Amino acid sequence: MNREDFTILKDSNMVYFDNGATTLKPDCVRDAVIDYYNKYTASIHRGDYKNSLKVSAMYDDTREIIRKFINANHPSEIIFTAGTTDSLNDIVFGYFRHHLVKGDEILITETEHASNVLPWFILAKEIGVVVKYISLNDNNELTIDNLRNAITDKTKVVSIAHITNVIGDVRDIKEIAKECHSHNILLVVDAAQSIAHIKVDVTDMDIDFMAFSGHKIYGPTGIGVLYGKFNLLKELTPVAYGGGMNAIFNKDGYVEYKDLPDKLEAGTPNIEGVLGLGKSILYVDKIGIDKINKYETELRKYLVDKLSELDFITMYNKDNEAAIITFNIDNVFSQDAAIYLDKYNICVRAGNHCAKMTKDVFNVANTVRISLSFYNTKEEIDLLVNVLKNSKNIWEEIL
Amino acid sequence: MDNDMKRSIILDNYSNARNRGIPDNSDDYIMINSNNQSCIDNINIYVKLKDGVIEDIKYEGEACVIAISSTSIISSMLIGKTLKEANELLGNYFNMIEEKEYDKELLGEANVYEDMYKQPSRKTCATLFARGITNLLKGKE
Repeated sequence: MNREDFTILKDSNMVYFDNGATTLKPDCVRDAVIDYYNKYTASIHRGDYKNSLKVSAMYDDTREIIRKFINANHPSEIIFTAGTTDSLNDIVFGYFRHHLVKGDEILITETEHASNVLPWFILAKEIGVVVKYISLNDNNELTIDNLRNAITDKTKVVSIAHITNVIGDVRDIKEIAKECHSHNILLVVDAAQSIAHIKVDVTDMDIDFMAFSGHKIYGPTGIGVLYGKFNLLKELTPVAYGGGMNAIFNKDGYVEYKDLPDKLEAGTPNIEGVLGLGKSILYVDKIGIDKINKYETELRKYLVDKLSELDFITMYNKDNEAAIITFNIDNVFSQDAAIYLDKYNICVRAGNHCAKMTKDVFNVANTVRISLSFYNTKEEIDLLVNVLKNSKNIWEEIL
Repeated sequence: MDNDMKRSIILDNYSNARNRGIPDNSDDYIMINSNNQSCIDNINIYVKLKDGVIEDIKYEGEACVIAISSTSIISSMLIGKTLKEANELLGNYFNMIEEKEYDKELLGEANVYEDMYKQPSRKTCATLFARGITNLLKGKE
């Protein structure tokens, strides 16, 4: 649906199935970015002329757009960052480095993306916290029982994806948060794969910190969001220092910082990114996240049913939920499969998808991943299936 | 060599890759990992050297059709060669991939990759093994 909103899909036979990596951008997002350059380029919060005042207001309004979209309590709980990775690094090194001590335990899972693993590994090396893994069930999902079993009196943080990027399991964040909070554990949620596909309500789910990227929700690259409950964000020590975040500084080294959110946004921000992100959130909201979820769920079922008919395809996450399907063509390396599909302008991802620990879960390191969006269609899936049916000719095609 | 012939040599060396596997007595071998940072090819290469001669080569890992087949072909060509001969062969192979002058005679079956320069993104696949073993042999002469 809504394919007409995307110039890139017009007069093109491209089948874009790599939405977990990045999404295509609707024309309204493109226009928001271009308008900033064509009509009112200015820095924000620093000029007394009309364009600066206009852009400042638009920038601040975007914070409110995002607050509303994720149902945060206050716009100051929304911090603009470069993306999920940047947000998670801020959370780990700005907050937890200063609030955890040696021996404290962090719980993650083996199916997390690198951006929710490596910062914790580094923190473990730096201050001696311990990274532990919550076991997954037979379907590679995180259950409340397994979470409960992994918690010890040293557990201080649970840091998990809402939807994982290879398995595509949807975690019950609200229940997980309840369990965490009953043990005084803080919950960090990586919403990179969920924000564009399922309702995320930080208040209802009672999330402590959350991260997502603009480019995975039809917005520009290089922009993302760090959400934190106000009282926690207040305690987050800035990782970057400079202009825009200080209130006063003197020759003797005395510095006072601005209040949230400015304190955590040093330097001239990615203004075009923020304006584009605001537009993309409004765009998604207008279609309706529940409608999107319903459509993508249907599409996923269609894809699974079709792929199940092919006896030379091994699917790894058939019984999970999100619109992400991971598979291999038997006896074909995933990258060769991706190159073959590209001959037919079908864009998929091959590899380990930045979740290198997942190989221990699947017992296979590299897979082909299809991640769907609302602009994908059953006809595109039919084309994929036909191309796969002819994949016995793969070597004639790619060698 | 026509394309059908090239394809069948590549496929044969992919499906029935020669010298593949981890050596039983790995203590006798020097090991090096070779991977492509831009993609997902990743193999461990094991080389057994004796008196300046490559006595055996094994490898194991996950990689695409070009990477595995070229590893199979080149490893077979290198077994029994002196280090000097091996380096000469590898040097010629890199030259072919980079579209420089090279000795076609010397490269035998490896000539199946003579057009690889036309697909720049796959050059790294075709040189996965060659780069790894070149590093491993450095300073051994």
